[in-house]
Amino acid sequence: MAVASRSAGASRAEVAVRGLERSFGHVRALRGIDFELGAGDCLAVFGPNGAGKTTLLRVLAGLLRPQRGQVLLGGVPIERADARHRRQVGFIAHYSLLYDGLTAAENLRFYARLYGIDEGASVAERALGSVGLGERASDLVGTFSRGMVQRLAIARALLHGPTVVLLDEPFSGLDQRAAATLRELLLRLRAERRTMVLVTHNIDEGLELATHVAIQVAGRFTEFGPLAGGLADYRARYAGATAARA
Amino acid sequence: MHDLLRVTWAVAAKDVLLEFRSRSAFVSALVFTALVLAIFNFARDPTAVSARDLAPGILWITFTFAGMLGLNRAFALERENRALDGLLLSPASRTAVYLGKVLANLAFVGAVEAVALPLFALFFNVPVLPVLGPLVLVIALATLGFVAVGTLMSSMAVNTRLAELMLPVLLLPFLVPPVTSAVQMTAQLFAGRPFSEALGWLRLLVGYDVIFVAACILFFESTIEE
Amino acid sequence: MTPVESAERALRRAVPWIATSLALIAAVYVRALAFTPAEAAQGPAQKIFYVHVPSAWVAFLAFGIVGGVSLAYLLRKDPRLDLLAESAAEVGMVFTSVVLVTGPIWGKPIWGTWWTWDARLTLTLFLWFVVLAYLVLRGAVNEPERRARYAAVLGILGALLVPFIYASVYLFRTIHPMPVILRAGGPTLPGAMLATLLFSIAVFTLFFGVLLYYRYSLARLADARAHAAAERRDA
Repeated sequence: MAVASRSAGASRAEVAVRGLERSFGHVRALRGIDFELGAGDCLAVFGPNGAGKTTLLRVLAGLLRPQRGQVLLGGVPIERADARHRRQVGFIAHYSLLYDGLTAAENLRFYARLYGIDEGASVAERALGSVGLGERASDLVGTFSRGMVQRLAIARALLHGPTVVLLDEPFSGLDQRAAATLRELLLRLRAERRTMVLVTHNIDEGLELATHVAIQVAGRFTEFGPLAGGLADYRARYAGATAARA
Repeated sequence: MHDLLRVTWAVAAKDVLLEFRSRSAFVSALVFTALVLAIFNFARDPTAVSARDLAPGILWITFTFAGMLGLNRAFALERENRALDGLLLSPASRTAVYLGKVLANLAFVGAVEAVALPLFALFFNVPVLPVLGPLVLVIALATLGFVAVGTLMSSMAVNTRLAELMLPVLLLPFLVPPVTSAVQMTAQLFAGRPFSEALGWLRLLVGYDVIFVAACILFFESTIEE
Repeated sequence: MTPVESAERALRRAVPWIATSLALIAAVYVRALAFTPAEAAQGPAQKIFYVHVPSAWVAFLAFGIVGGVSLAYLLRKDPRLDLLAESAAEVGMVFTSVVLVTGPIWGKPIWGTWWTWDARLTLTLFLWFVVLAYLVLRGAVNEPERRARYAAVLGILGALLVPFIYASVYLFRTIHPMPVILRAGGPTLPGAMLATLLFSIAVFTLFFGVLLYYRYSLARLADARAHAAAERRDA
């Protein structure tokens, strides 16, 4: 069983998690998670359903409070940072966090106001253009296809320029073209030195984007470290880790 | 402070825009109002019971139940696509989110009241115009009280197994002080009694508003944060 | 001793206390029926007052406990406080129901109707609705932490509501005076009746405390068992 290790080359970790625990009643979803990531690192987290991967992301996002342990962003624990912490984090999931009854532009302008972004209208316009939805700005999100919704959701998540991006099964339900667009975008984020934590069932996609890999089973990392070894190697170890649990 | 106002306004405007586009809750509320008017008109014996005696009670039943149709909607609309997570992820203060929702709900209930009141004046033949000023004050204060508590309750109700059914169960006891005060004061106004006689009820209503708006602001965060 | 064992032991400890309180309640009845004079105007029906009033006192006490413990829970997030609030609400519900049942039983032989909007009964009725809402809310939320948080908020708001309902009901009564049905007897309570009443209040308070302890221990036991089962599943 690999033990938590520090990512190489990080002088001050962008994301640091120490001894993180979180339960729901008697169900222990997170039983002690430790890891650190530097700027530009992308951590792919694999694991079976019920391993607590979504719980981990929600704690990192500030949607759930840790019960034990600490989460630090840029060296600052999240309890103390709060609003500042929230400005640093972007969240992309398989649900869009958008309002179907509003237009694309209205959705982004609303988020711009929530985040206190100056000149929200023009920032929103630019964001729409950057994900190729410029012409659909005045259309209701309820009329969009799944791929378009995902692109808009990405625009929403990145609107405030977060340094840490969390992704919960972002490829789920996307067709080839939409998945390709998403992959390009994520590679661009990595090139921009943003830190990412990606939860996905799609091992191929995950490994292509990742600089670090973790396998989470029953609330713990059974493995964490920089990407090393090939795809087949990981498949085997992943299968081994999940089989041992079952 | 400026942030608080900005976010409050943004949330309220968004909610009002969404409701305006779908109009579903508002139309339900208007239908309900029409139904109440029609039923009470046919259900009473005009020689035995004066319309004026019934009017205040019926008016407030209509306002509160129609209001609840809107209150349910407030957090239900955040469930699609888990939009509530989007609000919680942002640095926006939870208090601003609460106040924004209250403001939007006040707009909704206010719109229903603005339509219902003239209809009642007409069909129940009650003298609204001479007492319009104090009446609007009473309606505003009581509505503030029940919308403030109703918004908090709906934030919890929406996450329970019973959802829409849960809201009336939670809210009804809390309606007793503001609605009783409002009905009593409305009755006195319609009967042409001087407003000074209603001071006891007015104090009760204002006290209720102050305490419960403050309490709801204080405790909203506990209902929404995990 | 494991948590399950200590919870079971707490339960067993309560049993002699329950027996004692029940015996004392029987003693109250004996005293009320045999050794306390009947009230002149109302006759024997008035004697239910010795159950009605102490139950009302206990109901409000329980309600206050729910409010206070709920506030403590929000501050400290200790799940045992949530179990205590739940226990107080359930036991309080029982006593509130007793008040609502004994009130009409008292009133019917004297005034011929089962229910009137007597100020105190009305207040108790609304209190009953709030406790009902509390228990229904608890039943409708699956996740334990969320259930505890929601219940705590409702408990505190409910406790804040009581003085306002009291004010509403009594303000209504001063404007619309109604016959005061449920009065113990005369402007002051004669010595023997007062003594029985105080005795009854003391016994009911003791009984409440014992029931609360028992219910709380039951909750702790269930919790300990669930925890042990979850641990076994993990292993």
